[in-house]
Amino acid sequence: MHEVDMTRCLLLSLEEWKQEHHPHVPCVQVVHLQVGAFTCVEPAALVFTYGAAVQGSWLDGSELRIETVPLRARCVACGSDYSPEPALGYQSPCCHHPMEEILSGRELRIRSIDYTSPAVPADRASILSA
Amino acid sequence: MHMPLEDTLGRNLLAANQHRADHNRAHFDAWNLLCLNVMSSPGAGKTSLLERTITALSPQLAMAVLEGDMTTQLDAERLAAVGVPVVPITTGRACHLDASMVSGGLTLLQQRLDPAALDLLWVENVGNLVCPAEFEVGEHLKVALLSVTEGDDKPLKYPVMFREADCVLITKIDLLPYVPVDVSRIEAHVRAVNPRAQVFRVSAGTGQGMGEWHRWLLTTVREHAASQPPALVNA
Repeated sequence: MHEVDMTRCLLLSLEEWKQEHHPHVPCVQVVHLQVGAFTCVEPAALVFTYGAAVQGSWLDGSELRIETVPLRARCVACGSDYSPEPALGYQSPCCHHPMEEILSGRELRIRSIDYTSPAVPADRASILSA
Repeated sequence: MHMPLEDTLGRNLLAANQHRADHNRAHFDAWNLLCLNVMSSPGAGKTSLLERTITALSPQLAMAVLEGDMTTQLDAERLAAVGVPVVPITTGRACHLDASMVSGGLTLLQQRLDPAALDLLWVENVGNLVCPAEFEVGEHLKVALLSVTEGDDKPLKYPVMFREADCVLITKIDLLPYVPVDVSRIEAHVRAVNPRAQVFRVSAGTGQGMGEWHRWLLTTVREHAASQPPALVNA
């Protein structure tokens, strides 16, 4: 199950993010991922392995939310965009051209992180905004 | 109470593997060698292909193999028998090689020879049509094998692998008289998901079609070497 290795890569990236930006350990609520439909990732398996991997770590209690990005391609014969279907051999419905230019669906991206930081307490935030 | 914050990252999920893969590739480029990542399902004929190809091309090219295998060193022993330096990488339960495993293999290889003396480094991945497609190891090109006995639907069932491949070898074509499969349909399905792939029909058993694949390899190795910056070539 390669989702275990993907989770390990994800945790390394989150660790880098923590060290780059946060002298105090941030409390992460949600990690938002974008996963393309044309990848080898099974979102449910990734959520499962993430939940197991973060137990007892600084990310314990955080949630992994995955947004699936649909596969879209552009027909290079006529320039129109389409959704490739495996049943149709991924070819364009307009010109029956093979899937050449992929517009979306290959994403494996950490989009954003929702967190609170002990460095920015709410009372200080309200002073700043006043 | 803490103010909720949001950081927008846009970072690749596999960035950690990607960094190591880029690091491996920088080494390959400094040594001016071409690295090929060979992938397929188990039993499609990766090791048989390498045995035949390495035997045929060893008078012209200096080669070595990093051999990924889950539990045994059987494939590494077969390839060592054809006279090529082989470093086995036993992956344990992991169903693919990743960039750090290949980096470890390179360290072992360097203890045995100077990689700058090589023209071509083969990485034989673990037999699997799913995972290896997403984990770059620093290769310059991906080679995917599909044997005729696997059926013509596999490029559509495992499209990411065949989409990512730069070169697709349809193997075991000597078995075509015995299997109810249309080789032109296999090729059409490969081209449906990847119209730019180089496709060859070969049999490592009989040697059929191997000449064309070997000519392509020789040309690719030479063009790659010529495309490297002179400073690196002389380094």
